[in-house]
Amino acid sequence: MSALILKGKNNDWEMICGLEIHCQIISKSKIYSPSSTAYGSDVNENVSFIDVAMPGMLPSLNKECVRQALKTGIALNAKVNKYSAFARKNYFYADLPQGYQITQDKFPIIGEGVVKIELENGETKEIGIERLHIEQDTAKSIHDISPTKTFIDFNRAGVGLMELVTKPDFRSPEEVGAFLRKLRSIVRYLGTCDGNMDEGSMRCDASVSIRPVGEKEFRPRAEIKNVNSVKFACQAVEYEAKRQLELYESGGSMEQESRQFDPVSGETKFMRKKEYAHEYRYFPEPDLLPLVLTDEFIAEIKADMVELPDAKKERFVKELGLTPYDAKVICENKETAEFFEKAAKGHDAKKVANWLMGDFFAMLNEKKLTLEQSPISAENLGELVELVTSNVINGKTAKDVFEIMAETGENPTKIVEEKGLKQVTDTGAIEKIIDEIIASNPDNVAAYKAGKTNLMGWFVGQVMKASQGKANPGVVNQILSKKLV
Amino acid sequence: MTDLTKLTIAQARDGLKNKDFTAVELTQAYIENMKAKRELNAFVCESTDKALEQAKQSQEKIEKGLGGDLEGIPLGVKDLFCTKGIETTACSNFLKGFVPPYESTVTSKLLDAGALFLGKLNMDEFAMGGSNETSAFGPAINPWSKDVRLVAGGSSGGSAAAVSARMCAGATGTDTGGSIRQPSAFCGVTGIKPTYGRCSRYGVIAFASSLDQAGPIGKDVRDCAIMLKNMAGYDAKDATSAKVDMPDFEKFLSGDIKGMRIGIPKEYRVEGLNEEVASYWDKAAEMLKDKGAEIVEVSLPHTKYALATYYIIAPAEASSNLARYDGLRYGNRVDGNSIDEMYINSRTQGFGKEVKRRIMVGTYVLSAGYYDAYFLKAQKVRRLIRDDFVKAFEKCDVILTPTSPVAAFPVGDKKMQEDPIAMWLNDIYTVSVSLAGLPAMSLPIGLNKDGLPLGMQIIGKAFDEQSVFEVASALEKQAGFEGVK
Amino acid sequence: MSIDIETVDKIAFLSRLKIEDNVKDATKEEFNKIIQWVDQLKEVKTDNVEPLISVNENSIQLREDEVTQGQCSKEILANAPMKEYGYFAVPKVVE
Repeated sequence: MSALILKGKNNDWEMICGLEIHCQIISKSKIYSPSSTAYGSDVNENVSFIDVAMPGMLPSLNKECVRQALKTGIALNAKVNKYSAFARKNYFYADLPQGYQITQDKFPIIGEGVVKIELENGETKEIGIERLHIEQDTAKSIHDISPTKTFIDFNRAGVGLMELVTKPDFRSPEEVGAFLRKLRSIVRYLGTCDGNMDEGSMRCDASVSIRPVGEKEFRPRAEIKNVNSVKFACQAVEYEAKRQLELYESGGSMEQESRQFDPVSGETKFMRKKEYAHEYRYFPEPDLLPLVLTDEFIAEIKADMVELPDAKKERFVKELGLTPYDAKVICENKETAEFFEKAAKGHDAKKVANWLMGDFFAMLNEKKLTLEQSPISAENLGELVELVTSNVINGKTAKDVFEIMAETGENPTKIVEEKGLKQVTDTGAIEKIIDEIIASNPDNVAAYKAGKTNLMGWFVGQVMKASQGKANPGVVNQILSKKLV
Repeated sequence: MTDLTKLTIAQARDGLKNKDFTAVELTQAYIENMKAKRELNAFVCESTDKALEQAKQSQEKIEKGLGGDLEGIPLGVKDLFCTKGIETTACSNFLKGFVPPYESTVTSKLLDAGALFLGKLNMDEFAMGGSNETSAFGPAINPWSKDVRLVAGGSSGGSAAAVSARMCAGATGTDTGGSIRQPSAFCGVTGIKPTYGRCSRYGVIAFASSLDQAGPIGKDVRDCAIMLKNMAGYDAKDATSAKVDMPDFEKFLSGDIKGMRIGIPKEYRVEGLNEEVASYWDKAAEMLKDKGAEIVEVSLPHTKYALATYYIIAPAEASSNLARYDGLRYGNRVDGNSIDEMYINSRTQGFGKEVKRRIMVGTYVLSAGYYDAYFLKAQKVRRLIRDDFVKAFEKCDVILTPTSPVAAFPVGDKKMQEDPIAMWLNDIYTVSVSLAGLPAMSLPIGLNKDGLPLGMQIIGKAFDEQSVFEVASALEKQAGFEGVK
Repeated sequence: MSIDIETVDKIAFLSRLKIEDNVKDATKEEFNKIIQWVDQLKEVKTDNVEPLISVNENSIQLREDEVTQGQCSKEILANAPMKEYGYFAVPKVVE
């Protein structure tokens, strides 16, 4: 059991949590207008007359946003709704130029689904997806340029969003974290969202309530708004569950409310009561006809799906012989998995995985580099492993070669050749070295023969030293054992 | 030379081609008339200098044998159409001074066809009204007024008055619940609301998105055909625009209606129907019968609910469509102590009484607890009303009704001012058609005993404007109404 | 269903409109009249009737993902009541 159980005075309490996640859709143009979604442009430059809701301007629906939502829905094992429709959510806000958000209400494009998450203890758990719908992002208010004025930039206004709503299936912060990482991994694999929570392209609201273990009904929940990292999401729900416990234990009661997480104090803070919430007056969007998907369109998207992390993981275990743990770590990130596959191609995949997760990641960490910035290419890493498995260099030399690769980015074969690091497997040459060492160390030979067999290590060391590390240790051992009898 | 403003568009087109006069002369003649009849308050913004410039260019094209269908024809544009570089206000104080940096699809099509714009025409504020009295510029006056100033009708009152008074060769209008047809009837001119989806709504300031349609107001049926041909067509920028074939409407003006079935809806003989209107209705049916058409009685059983349905749906959509007028990005701004106060002050000052009334009604019928009882209910009744027409059209090709139960009434009529519902009741013959999205034309049939024009309405099947034009042509010839004032 | 002053206030706020105190009662009366008038729809039997949202009951046409608008901040801001440094501006509001 991974559930978070809170110890109360008289009984145990469990935490209940559901998530609402907004993912910015990756597309060239906005969801309802043909202006660019590019991030970091000059103020109000990626803005059309539609995005600032000029009189008479009308929305049109971007095909790519529909495709991206469908891909995401299919990846979440969710129901694709062939009929979906748009609705207006009416409220006044400086960031909302039309005075309403065009979203989907009663008829979302994606219905129920299931996502499997893996937990630390090796267990898996299924998290239910309630729905996924598409809508538009808001503009951005900037409060810190002027002391007397608020400035508004509409570059973000109208960028497509997918809003994913889960069922209240989470019972611990760990599950919340595992789900968010899983979702991020899926959308990144698909290329439907870049998943960067700190930049706000993936934003999470968490609804938390607690109840005594065994109680059937849900109690009033607090919605923690806009948490911007996985870590904070875990902290926020844990803090909130404990806060609610304290509240109940001290005789208080909960009302539905919105709260904000403060990363500095690690606490959630009260924002507003539900009764002050806006009345949104949803109604069908008369400017956009309903979206009716054809079987051909859906089939086309299914055919276009990339291999998802779970499938990839399974394949790495089954076909490449990786351990489930290694496969999971490698597959969490699409780029890592692709790097690995490239490196492992034609080589010993297990050994490549060991190198990747060991020395390679350590090197990136130490140098504070991302995978894309790695001085060692996937092909070169694979080649290095190959040099070891085919006995061209020994393990020790490989470590040295790796160091050089990390510094220069050079090809391992070239390094080995230029530096003359090829291991010596020529028995004649090794025999010659051994004979010399035996001849010049009669005392140790005698001692060995008298039973001090642990001197073997010393002899091997001497041979390796004399061969500048290039002698094949296996061959050295073999000859030494024969000669020292 | 004859008075050039007396020519229809078709005649002016021939005259220009035959070099009887130039486009500049034609334009100047209309400008003279505009100046002479300023007391009608038809134009709220004049762009005559620009028009003369364009006339010169058009003349050059004509001399080279080039130019579009409307080359050198001076038109007026309802102030609901956004015109690039020309102030566009929807006759609201909120938008005074607003100059769109873009052109509506309909007006840009007209410009492409060679038309030139003399200015922007008066209308009810945001097209909400039936007498042009809600305009921030004051009412447009009916050119048929004698001792008492009469309303031109609404909301396209300026368009109908300007065409009737020969201040422009033709005009654009928009129709949400009768806003082209009713003022056309009041001013003795011809106007058609095409099928919903026929003309793009892009760049037309929205009142009620599911009902708004642009259309022409002209001196006769042929002029409407010429203008509509150059206004309509699929536009990807309007997601509700229809991807259908575009017939050349001018080819459907033979007036040969032999064998066509003309439906007379029995439910339209409402209590309180003006006797003269009723008698002209009978006469019109007789005229069509004389031309070989067959008169059949049809039933539109949900007619009596059309007004209530319309006055739920249109305000609901309007309440949302007008939320963008918040004083932040354009239009009227009155500061306050909070952003909400700024919104409230800007809107309260910027909007007139009728607009506020409809926004409030619309907000109410969409709000929690009332949505199902009002808005959803109205949408269901709307389907019944539409289905009534579908059934009726199994028995007939077009439907003939009066356009309005009354003729033009005096400006400032007490009853209409004090009782908004009394004013709304004037839409009784036009709103059902709007709710069903069908094409319908109003053309003058004759004068009442006070010497005021009355209009007949011809309703067609969806995307069958052709039949409407054929029947209207026949009726026009039979009625022999002396065109414009 | 009768509408009270409280409802009028709520609807006015949701609409971001101000109803002056001296016309509140009149507004309430008028509102009630209108709502009573549209209440006639209750007579209509609409069981199993699907709401008609648009007379065009086709599926929406999708737009290809191409950037064809933007890079026109000058025009975007041309009608702004207040602008600074390329931003739209509103007096600061502590919310």
